[in-house]
Amino acid sequence: MAKMTMVEAINLALRQEMARDERVVLLGQDIGPDGGVFRVTDGLFATYGERRVVDTPLAESAIVGMAIGMAIHGLRPVAEIQFSGFLYQAFHQLENHAARLRWRSRGRLSVPMVLRAPYGGGVRALEHHSESREAYWAHTPGLKVVIPSGPRNARALLVSALRDPDPVVFYEPKALYRAFREEVPEEEETLPLGQARVARPGSGPTMIAYGAMLLPTLEAAEVLAREDGVAAEVIDLRTIAPLDSETLAASVRKSGRAVIVHEAPLSFGPGAEIAASLMEEAFHYLEAPIERVAGFDLVIPYFSREKSYLPGVDRIVAAARRTLQF
Amino acid sequence: MGRTPLVPPEPIPHLSILDEHGRVDRQLEPAITDEVQRKMFRAMLLGRRFDEKMLELQRTGRIGTFPPIKGQEAAQIGSVIHLEERDWFVPSFRETAAEILRGRSMESVLLYYNGYNEGALLDATQRDLPMSIPVASQILHAVGLGWAASYRGSDEVVMAIFGDGATSEGDFHEALNCAAVFQTPVVFVCQNNHWAISIPLARQTRSRTIAEKALAYNMPALRVDGNDILAVYAATAEAVARARQGGGPTLIECVTYRIMMHTTADDPKKYRRDEEVEPWRQRDPLIRYGRYLAEKGVLGEEAARQVEEEVREEIRQAVEKAENTMRSLGDPLDMFDHVYAELPPRLRQQKEQLSRNLAAKEARHG
Repeated sequence: MAKMTMVEAINLALRQEMARDERVVLLGQDIGPDGGVFRVTDGLFATYGERRVVDTPLAESAIVGMAIGMAIHGLRPVAEIQFSGFLYQAFHQLENHAARLRWRSRGRLSVPMVLRAPYGGGVRALEHHSESREAYWAHTPGLKVVIPSGPRNARALLVSALRDPDPVVFYEPKALYRAFREEVPEEEETLPLGQARVARPGSGPTMIAYGAMLLPTLEAAEVLAREDGVAAEVIDLRTIAPLDSETLAASVRKSGRAVIVHEAPLSFGPGAEIAASLMEEAFHYLEAPIERVAGFDLVIPYFSREKSYLPGVDRIVAAARRTLQF
Repeated sequence: MGRTPLVPPEPIPHLSILDEHGRVDRQLEPAITDEVQRKMFRAMLLGRRFDEKMLELQRTGRIGTFPPIKGQEAAQIGSVIHLEERDWFVPSFRETAAEILRGRSMESVLLYYNGYNEGALLDATQRDLPMSIPVASQILHAVGLGWAASYRGSDEVVMAIFGDGATSEGDFHEALNCAAVFQTPVVFVCQNNHWAISIPLARQTRSRTIAEKALAYNMPALRVDGNDILAVYAATAEAVARARQGGGPTLIECVTYRIMMHTTADDPKKYRRDEEVEPWRQRDPLIRYGRYLAEKGVLGEEAARQVEEEVREEIRQAVEKAENTMRSLGDPLDMFDHVYAELPPRLRQQKEQLSRNLAAKEARHG
């Protein structure tokens, strides 16, 4: 097994799936000789050529719209949008078509495409390069939304997304692209979509996070163990939609307390949906109000103030303590 | 240094073969077999009569809102006639006649406009896409289909149809640009009917023609009298052949006119004068073509009458069949079908909940 960054692990998933399946083609901006602005597609152009690693004109709607047509024809396109903040120029293609063509055609057509885009803060980028708007896509019936939290699960989830019969929005936490390395097996590995994972077992409180927020949440659990003698259970959501409410509810039925962490703005964010689902499925087990630690209801500030915007260990620990002291 | 003239782009041909007075340009007149001529006439007539029938059904509350096609039959049939079964047709929403020629049943059109999703289900042999309502958005799918066709080494052709309003949308320009860059086998057919709901062409673009928009993308273009089926036929033959032989995309502008309202939900009297419409009624594509076929001896008076009767009967049967089918459709639980390949757990729960609610309601009302 090789120790890989998330960038390398995603590259491995693409490389192996392209080798396995001729139908897998990549399209996007600067993904060819340049290897993508984050180097995720590095070397793929050299191996597979411009026929399968397609640099497109600078047009997000065209990238997604063409991918839809390619998928309908039976290919497995992987569309890369350079930053998720530029995906809105293709919003209607996802909402009006990718998500609906199976439904509109009564199952005769399908759109098995993957839309990859880096999301989230933490890399000192300019405006429009740091947002976390996964809720838009999770709110769209017909789409699946997957967000990995480390190199190994990024690779396995992406392979599953590539083989999924429905369109998958695959948001990559760019803060984690090179944050750490993990053992990633060379041999095939997949992970089922729609399943959360207990990342750190414990008796409670339950702490739910995904993407780049998993690390500070695990750290917060460590602080709680050290300073409060509390064994928090941390759940890595991995798939935002469809939501694995069963795994979440099972943990909360045991712990009676829940803290939800995401960098997306608080109001109408994924945390609201998760909290509502816990009310439906674990209400009688709750010992305290559900806490949410999230981005503020603001545009994420330029990077000099970014750190104060993003949920950090202190805010997460404080929220967990509020649930414990209620 | 200096201010030098750049090479002017290629001139765009304008094609008119059969004019509104019935005169024919014998040199340009395409060689079309009698069989295909009759097929095209029948498809145009069916499109016209079905449109009229739907208006009647809508006005008496038997279907919902729909966009009439009257006056645009030549632009639709003269282009789509060139597609083979293996080709792809990517329509927007005012192409009923073309869709029917491609194999969509009138019954499905009626189901669609009466609010049944089942109406969007196309025949399994049809490679076409279902109607697309967001203006211009479907044009990019045609480019993707064309890209995939080339990737797979097939000689399939993709035809996208859209209106003049669509040419103001970014997706139109992105599609033309990408099709040209990738040389995909796509034929772009613009039905310039002069109106996008209440917005006239002059407010849509300052360009003198829509065809010239292709010049910026270094794409061949043709402008045709869209009410002249011979011109539409000839232009599209050229474009389809080019695409099929790997010569890349073409833009065709069919200059036609929306005789009726945008949809049955609006009243054109609010924004356009009838005097403007009248000359276009004189340019009716169906009357012109019928006269041409009669003079050519392809379709005599008696034969034309017979086609008229057949078409009316076919429509009558389709309406009857659709109304019968509607009686057996409408199970609310069907709305959960085909959202995903497999229904996720929370959707299963929602479906079960609705099922229980419906059962309880049924029990209450006995």
